[in-house]
Parts: sequence; structure tokens; C-alpha cells
Amino acid sequence: MIPTSFEYVRAKNLSDALKAMGKNTKVIAGGHSLLPLLRFRLAQPDMLIDIGQLRELKGIKRSGGGLKIGAATTYRELLESKELKALYPLIAEVTEHIGDLQVRNAGTIGGGLAHADPAADMPPVMLVLDATFVLQSKTGKRSVPARKFFKGPFTTALKPNELLTEIQLPALPKGVGTAYASFEQAASGYALAGAVALIAIAKGLITRADLAFTGLGDAPFLAPAAAKLVATTGDASLIDQVAQAAVAGVEANDDVHAPAAYRLHLGRVAARRALTQALAQAQRPG
Amino acid sequence: MKRTITLTVNGAPRSVEVEPRALLALVLRDQLDLTGTHIGCDTSQCGACTVHIDGRAVKSCTMLAVQAEGHAVTTIEGLAAKDRLHPLQQAFWDKHGLQCGFCTPGMIMTAADLLAHNPKPSEAEIRHALEGNLCRCTGYQNIVAAVQLAAGAR
Ligand SMILES: Cc1cc2nc3c(=O)[nH]c(=O)nc-3n(C[C@H](O)[C@H](O)[C@H](O)COP(=O)(O)OP(=O)(O)OC[C@H]3O[C@@H](n4cnc5c(N)ncnc54)[C@H](O)[C@@H]3O)c2cc1C
Ligand code: FES
Ligand code: FES
Repeated sequence: MIPTSFEYVRAKNLSDALKAMGKNTKVIAGGHSLLPLLRFRLAQPDMLIDIGQLRELKGIKRSGGGLKIGAATTYRELLESKELKALYPLIAEVTEHIGDLQVRNAGTIGGGLAHADPAADMPPVMLVLDATFVLQSKTGKRSVPARKFFKGPFTTALKPNELLTEIQLPALPKGVGTAYASFEQAASGYALAGAVALIAIAKGLITRADLAFTGLGDAPFLAPAAAKLVATTGDASLIDQVAQAAVAGVEANDDVHAPAAYRLHLGRVAARRALTQALAQAQRPG
Repeated sequence: MKRTITLTVNGAPRSVEVEPRALLALVLRDQLDLTGTHIGCDTSQCGACTVHIDGRAVKSCTMLAVQAEGHAVTTIEGLAAKDRLHPLQQAFWDKHGLQCGFCTPGMIMTAADLLAHNPKPSEAEIRHALEGNLCRCTGYQNIVAAVQLAAGAR
């Protein structure tokens, strides 16, 4: 199907884009979430503001021990960054999982985060890495932790006049391991259940353990149960207990692709795999 | 409202009058008569519409023509050099990499992006790269073999 009519402007710079945002406008970056919606006429904006080609929103920069990523950086560009791969192999690993080659050529990291599909792959990564998002409107800028950004299905802390402009990743501790494990819906590639884990160890004991899920509920979420691993060596039975506790009581999505109980089961298995792999990576010498 | 956009298509500058909502795939087919770009789905999943924008494979059904303004579009028609088939086209022929041929333009455009950036892909890398291209006929075996042959032929 063809979208309903709209006007289109390609923003010349960020401030132009912010000024153009108004009633019933939509920004378009890679368009790989928005165009499918427009084609099904699930969204009918009067105007599209194209931010996909804004240099100000592109690129990956070193910042302290971490990185700053422009929101309109494509998945392909993420995968081409040696720095990203070296500092956050988790992001590279997850990015390879997103959609397919063509989708990764067009889709942007900021577009995916702003879209906030409850089964998207990148949001739980941002929770575990404790990223900060810079949100900007024509009147100013604010920083929102990723952990306070995702509010529900396709709902975020973004106000209608705000753009996500930058993703800031803090330095990771030494002796850290990260992993992603997911079960994909075969046709779409979206996660039925996915778990991201981060484990840091010092002198053989776990000093930090973070676990986040996607696909299970309305929004990605952190599992507080992961804290039980701290100050332990993280043996297999404890990891299993944590994985079980992490999904206990979660109100899981229930649809044609997977009933709630099955999704929770997948979530538990994904959590166990991600934690086990992250721990093994953290224990690796060097 | 319609507007005139200019883009480079298969190496030549072209101007077309389009509505902002016009999908690139339809503009290529209906206005520029480049019907080698196929449309096989409504959900951005089949990859039959794959073209290159500035050398990168993109699904042209999931892109507005206005987004391509000022950029270089290459379609399957623009791949061969004069009267010699592109190595991928020849390899699809030699390896019987198609049956009905509907998916073939998209397969070849995606594979061309892969080989441009990874000239010697493993079988697994080829399969991973072609994940966004569906074929209802071949079972993929010969498509993978064709890409392998083309990689060797380069
Ligand atoms: C066939 C297919 C398969 C896919 N498979 C997967 C998958 O397996 N896993 C997965 O996670 N995703 C998947 N995706 C989704 C893909 O990752 C997203 O399309 C992409 O990340 C969204 O980015 P975009 O630049 O295309 O956003 P757009 O479509 O341009 O925008 C999406 C939404 O975010 C808004 N927006 C965009 N940028 C900003 C910004 N900077 N600030 C504020 N708002 C903004 C737009 O207004 C729009 O509402 C798939 C998509 C397709 C088409
Ligand atoms: S027609 Fe573009 S992906 Fe199917
Ligand atoms: S050859 Fe018929 S769809 Fe691939």
C-alpha cells in the first residue's frame, strides 16, 4: 500500500529540524520502522522531517573511556567502527542480529531506540550498559538515562517536540563480560524473548551483574534478581536460580507467536545462556 | 504536492516529478521504466526490490523517492558493463541460481553489496547476508553456489 499524502522536508541542520517539528509532523531517519507504518496507514502525518542525512547526528566519538554515538548513525556504520567493536563487542554482536543486511544499511540506532518496539534488540543493551540519551528540542537539551527512557510499547520519555540526538556510553569496568541470547520469531527476526547480560569480576568474585530482557513485556526491563550474583563466583546453579527469579511474576506478552508461559520459559533460558556466556567472557584472562 | 527531484540512476542524472509519499521502488518501475526492480511483498521482508543507494543495498519499497534525491541509485539494469554480464549475473546463470527469476534482481544486488565489502565470504557469511531476500523456488542452495562462484571469479 501507498502512504497517505504528506509534505517532506529534508532538514539542513539540527536546529532547522527542531524548529520544523510541530503538530502532526514526524521525523524520519532510516524510515525502516516508520515507512511500514505509513504504508499500512497506521500513521498519517502531515509532514515528514528527514533527519537521516544530518551530519550532526552521525558518527561515533571517543569520550573518556566511553563512546558517544550520533542518533542517526546506521547499524551498518556501527558495524564498520573498529572502536565500537573493541569497546562494546556486545553492541556489534547485537547489531548483527537486527533485521537483515538491507535493514542494517538503512536503519539507525536512534530511530530504533525512539521507536521502542517492545521486541527490539538494542533497548535492553542500553539498559545493561547504563547508557544516557541526549534529548533535544528547540528550547534546550536534557539527558535521560536509558533506564528511565522506555515507558511502554512504542512509548518513551521523548516529548513530541524532542529529538534523540546522542547516545552516551560510559566506560565499562575492567574484567567485564557481556552477552546476548535470544529466540527470534522466524519470519520477522524480532525477539520472542531476548536477554542481555553484563558481568564484571575482580579477584574471582562478581562485582557487577546486570541482566535485561526484551520481547517479554511491554517494554525492555532490568531484572533486579541479577544482584544476587554479586560477591559470588557465579556457579551454574546460582545462575539458573537467578534466571528463574528474573522472569518470575513477569506479565509476559501473549500472542500468536508465543503464549505467555512459553515466552517466560524462553526468557529464562535466554537469561541463563547470556549470564553463563558473560561470566565465561569475564573470566577469560587478559 | 508533486515536486521535481534529481538523482543519479545507473550512472545518468535523471529528473522525475514525484509526490513525497512515492516509494522509490514504484518510481523506478513506473516512471523510469526500470522494471527489473521487483516488488514481492508489502512488509519489507522479501528483498526483491533491493537496489543500491551510494553502493549500499537497500529495499527500495521501504524508501521514499524523495529520500534518494541527490544520491546515486543503481538497479539491476545498471550492473552489467555494456554487453558483458556482471560476474554475479553470469554466475547465477552458470550455477542455475534461479528458477522463476522473481527474486533474482534483489538477490544479486544484495550479493553485490556483500562482495564489494567482503570479497571472499564464507558460506555462512553469504547466507547471513542474504537473510533479507526470500526465494520461493530454488531452496537457496544454487544461489549460495552462484555467489561463491562469483567471489572466486573476481
Ligand atoms: C524487515 C525488517 C526487519 C527488522 N528486524 C528487526 C530486528 O530483528 N530487530 C530489531 O530490533 N529491529 C528490527 N527492525 C527495525 C529496525 O531496527 C528499525 O527500523 C530501525 O532501527 C529504526 O530506525 P530507523 O532509522 O529506520 O527509524 P525510522 O523508521 O526513521 O523512525 C522510527 C520512529 O522513530 C522516530 N525517530 C527516528 N529517529 C528519531 C530521533 N533521532 N529522535 C526522535 N525520534 C526519532 C520516527 O519519528 C519514527 O516514529 C526491522 C525492520 C524491518 C523493516
Ligand atoms: S518488495 Fe521490498 S522487501 Fe518485499
Ligand atoms: S527463483 Fe523464483 S523466487 Fe527465487
